Amino acid sequence: MQAGIVSYGAYVPRYRITPAEIGRVWGSDGEAMGHNLNVVRKSVPSPDEDTITISTEALRTALLRGAIDPQEIGAIYVGSESHPYAVKPTATVVAQAVGATPNLTAADFEFACKAGTAAIQTCLGLVGSEMIRYGVAIGTDTSQGAPGDALEYSASAGGAAFVIGRDRVICRVHRTLSYTTDTPDFWRREGQKYPSHSGRFTGEPAYFRHESECARRIMEAGGTGPKDYRHVVFHQPNGKFPQRVGKQLGFTDAQMRYGLVTPYIGNTYSGAALIGLANVLDHAGPGERILVVGYGSGAGSDAFDLETTDEIARFDRHHGRPVQWYLDQGVELSYAVYAKFRGKIHMGGE
Amino acid sequence: MSIARFWRETPRRYNLGGSKCSTCSTVYFPPRSVCPHCTSHRQSIEKMMPFQLSGEGEVFSYSVVHEAAEGFEMQVPYVVALVKTVEGPMLTGQVVDVAPEEVRIGLRVHATFRKLREEGKAGVIHYGYKFAPVEEPGEAPAARGPSVPVPKAEAAAKDRATA
Repeated sequence: MQAGIVSYGAYVPRYRITPAEIGRVWGSDGEAMGHNLNVVRKSVPSPDEDTITISTEALRTALLRGAIDPQEIGAIYVGSESHPYAVKPTATVVAQAVGATPNLTAADFEFACKAGTAAIQTCLGLVGSEMIRYGVAIGTDTSQGAPGDALEYSASAGGAAFVIGRDRVICRVHRTLSYTTDTPDFWRREGQKYPSHSGRFTGEPAYFRHESECARRIMEAGGTGPKDYRHVVFHQPNGKFPQRVGKQLGFTDAQMRYGLVTPYIGNTYSGAALIGLANVLDHAGPGERILVVGYGSGAGSDAFDLETTDEIARFDRHHGRPVQWYLDQGVELSYAVYAKFRGKIHMGGE
Repeated sequence: MSIARFWRETPRRYNLGGSKCSTCSTVYFPPRSVCPHCTSHRQSIEKMMPFQLSGEGEVFSYSVVHEAAEGFEMQVPYVVALVKTVEGPMLTGQVVDVAPEEVRIGLRVHATFRKLREEGKAGVIHYGYKFAPVEEPGEAPAARGPSVPVPKAEAAAKDRATA
């Protein structure tokens, strides 16, 4: 049987901050910035949360929902650009914390915001070739923008975990296709705390070119068009870019409705498209076709042509929280508490 | 705490791994190799089975900490509670994702996976369980299952221990 999504779970930390509050500190019109970016607020992790804890929470939810024995997981790949260690895998801690050790392979992926979708493709290969029964792909980040930088208005925290398998598939994968080039739109050098970006260059030659080319090519390969999809999910560095690329490709707001989550939780980087997909699956019934196009700076896009199966009607969403809960809930912080939580205050002796 | 000492605690701190007496069904956390409840302790030797707690429980009592322990300065004020788990053992742990004034005795909590402490900026990071409220204040009570997945081999051991 073909490999597909067997289960999934998402997790977003509890705290939020608004663009208006960030702008207040830096003397800019944060409200206008939020309006331009289509970001109402962004999530903020607690001081005791990081990519490892968020990934674990998302995967625990996925395993409980799918009633999957963790000992049957053959691979765990965690995609992130904010792994807590430069050397020591995130994936080993997550594997141990869900009870999947020791008979599995594990590794960390990094490709800016699309490391999670790259992990899904790897799992599809391993599961499809019957090397393993279940593969786990996680996309999580706790990203930071430099204080006062435009990125600070959107960079947030959250993640989603997808279990790939061959039996009890709730969402089959018709096709996956990638579009990759060397495009230096966004980067972080070794040892640097905050990323750098090339301003407007992150738009047309980077995000828009890769997203639209990848989407067009996967539809061309499958002989489909925008009208064939009930839902579409794009990478969402802000709330504006995915809306614009969707319109350019001929998708409607209704098709983007569930897949666009950044306006309410910010840009969760490696988690962004995956949390959007999790929200779509939270609302989907059987036989709904979904197009997902992730994007990672540097640069590349991974596209997936998906369709939910009859199995999704029997899927137990009882465990964990639905994505909508994370979009609605949250406790707003002042910039001062946000700065403390994110380690932006120099405490002395460091 | 040394790395080796913390590492030995991993099954408990990550997965709430305890033990259960297959004679009298008492659950222990941390795990015990003999059951002090059985009239003859010898009865329980080699009958203590691995048992993973579900992570569900309620606040038995708690304290709001204003003078932080080293490494917890960023979280002041924070809540440390005795949590009575549904399986019986009482666990001590931090309660997160809640304002201290919203914590009360009887508050339903479940285990969550968090950073416990860091050995400085360059050292190892320790992870383990903390607790978080099952429902947000004002939210309708949620019917939830366990919050920590159990490998089938251990679930089978649980069944054997219960039988």
